[in-house]
Amino acid sequence: MSEEVEGTRTCEEQQEMEDKVISPEKAEEAKLKARYPNLGAKPGGSDLLRKRLLQKGQKYFDSGDYNMAKAKMKNKQLPSAPTEKTEITGGHIPTPQDLPQRKTSIVASKLAG
Amino acid sequence: MAGPGGDMQWCFSQVKGAIDDDVAEADIISTVEFNHTGELLATGDKGGRVVIFQQEIENKNQPQFRSEYNVYSTFQSHEPEFDYLKSLEIEEKINKIRWLPQKNAAQFLLSTNDKTIKLWKISERDKRPEGYNLKEEDGRYKDSNTITSLRVPVLIPMDLMVEASPRRVFANAHTYHINSISVNSDNETYLSADDLRINLWHLEITDRSFNIVDIKPANMEELTEVITAAEFHPHQCNTFVYSSSKGTIRLCDMRISALCDKHSKLFEEPEDPSNRSFFSEIISSISDVKFSHNGRYMMTRDYLSVKIWDLNMESRPVETYQVHEYLRSKLCSLYENDCIFDKFECCWNGNDSVVMTGSYNNFFRMFDRSQRRDVTLEASRENSKPMQVLKPRKVCAGGKRKKDEISVDSLDFNKKILHTAWHPQDNIIAVATTNNLYIFQDKVN
Repeated sequence: MSEEVEGTRTCEEQQEMEDKVISPEKAEEAKLKARYPNLGAKPGGSDLLRKRLLQKGQKYFDSGDYNMAKAKMKNKQLPSAPTEKTEITGGHIPTPQDLPQRKTSIVASKLAG
Repeated sequence: MAGPGGDMQWCFSQVKGAIDDDVAEADIISTVEFNHTGELLATGDKGGRVVIFQQEIENKNQPQFRSEYNVYSTFQSHEPEFDYLKSLEIEEKINKIRWLPQKNAAQFLLSTNDKTIKLWKISERDKRPEGYNLKEEDGRYKDSNTITSLRVPVLIPMDLMVEASPRRVFANAHTYHINSISVNSDNETYLSADDLRINLWHLEITDRSFNIVDIKPANMEELTEVITAAEFHPHQCNTFVYSSSKGTIRLCDMRISALCDKHSKLFEEPEDPSNRSFFSEIISSISDVKFSHNGRYMMTRDYLSVKIWDLNMESRPVETYQVHEYLRSKLCSLYENDCIFDKFECCWNGNDSVVMTGSYNNFFRMFDRSQRRDVTLEASRENSKPMQVLKPRKVCAGGKRKKDEISVDSLDFNKKILHTAWHPQDNIIAVATTNNLYIFQDKVN
């Protein structure tokens, strides 16, 4: 692919092509952008940080919402809990059955065995 | 027994943990730490449990000795909790363990999960009292009418019992997840760091803690970086460092002001803007920072490399070692499977001449600073015959794969070595795979 054959090319395109050849990192970036075209330009931005680093462990069971929903649905049938373990978000009011059970570790560590 | 700088030959010594491939989440090892003499080795796991091993040395007087670490004590350090106000689950996973230097017969360590730090006392009991006046041997009280004489109870030997008891609980000081704890050289205070704040505690006082670093922006949407690790200087009780997700390290002096938001030194390697990619910031995030034993250097671990910094030079590291450069052309898939966010730790050997860190496929790497040599070794059950010498491993980045080499695409990214520890004096190392603890020893020539 030579410049003369392809015609005029912008400096940016030229640089990008050279980058792909030179930098494996940039090639990987191009791959990622191709798979996820909606990915934001700033990976280290506050959204990513806040999601990954600060909010892990968030569960969505709210007893107030749950009781209100139960009261509203007194006359209607309660929706059965989903059979698969999907993440509970949005309008669906989680029931205690939806939440994964937490068990305290009463078993001894296998390292000590 | 520290090697004089000659060829180190690492041999398998022991492996702890279950053999089966089906790993329960609670058994995932989350921290490994030798105490200051190396006699004790502590591990913490995702299930909130701590296991302490004690070194027993055979043939202590001979130059070629084998040391074995056997279980000394085990206890449940943290339990899972639920923060009802924020609907947040608080994991019992032990993020860090730090030993206190020994002051008396008992041993003390700090262990922390995401929110709460605990001071544990581990003490030995090898005598018990016998011959009480008012109680029978089984504890029942005697009928006072049958007591006709007075005697002094005596202490008789009993089988060694090791007891762990929580002496202090340091709670409710962290809004975000604690990633580091570090004991000050003054042996009275320690720091705890979460994503946005660092607090200073006194070991005796649990109801108060001083905030010494706060990088929380007024508007959370302006958040650009978080604290990833923090450590006190080994000798200077006024100095500590903290690393960030942007690849910078800040050194702070507590004598300058109560709130150390303004750093004394900022260590940052200049980046070539033309090399910048989507992944640049993520892979520059520092996952661990460790001072050298002599206090003149510090080491940082980012996703692909280990860097040694001279505390007197902020502009760039004095040494950079590539851990697994072949992963640079795999960043896209490593981002998709989240491996790019794995937090590897690093450690120094006793005389600061060699540094070690983990990688994938149960490989771990050592870099000899003085001899400018590095080696890749593997922790696996296949190389676990007693005193079997570990063979160096090699990853083939591309092109023709030689015999005994492993290609990048065959690496198992689920087998990661995040936690390693080096005995403070001898060439004994502890390497944690997902749920097993390997102990390797240098074969003395």
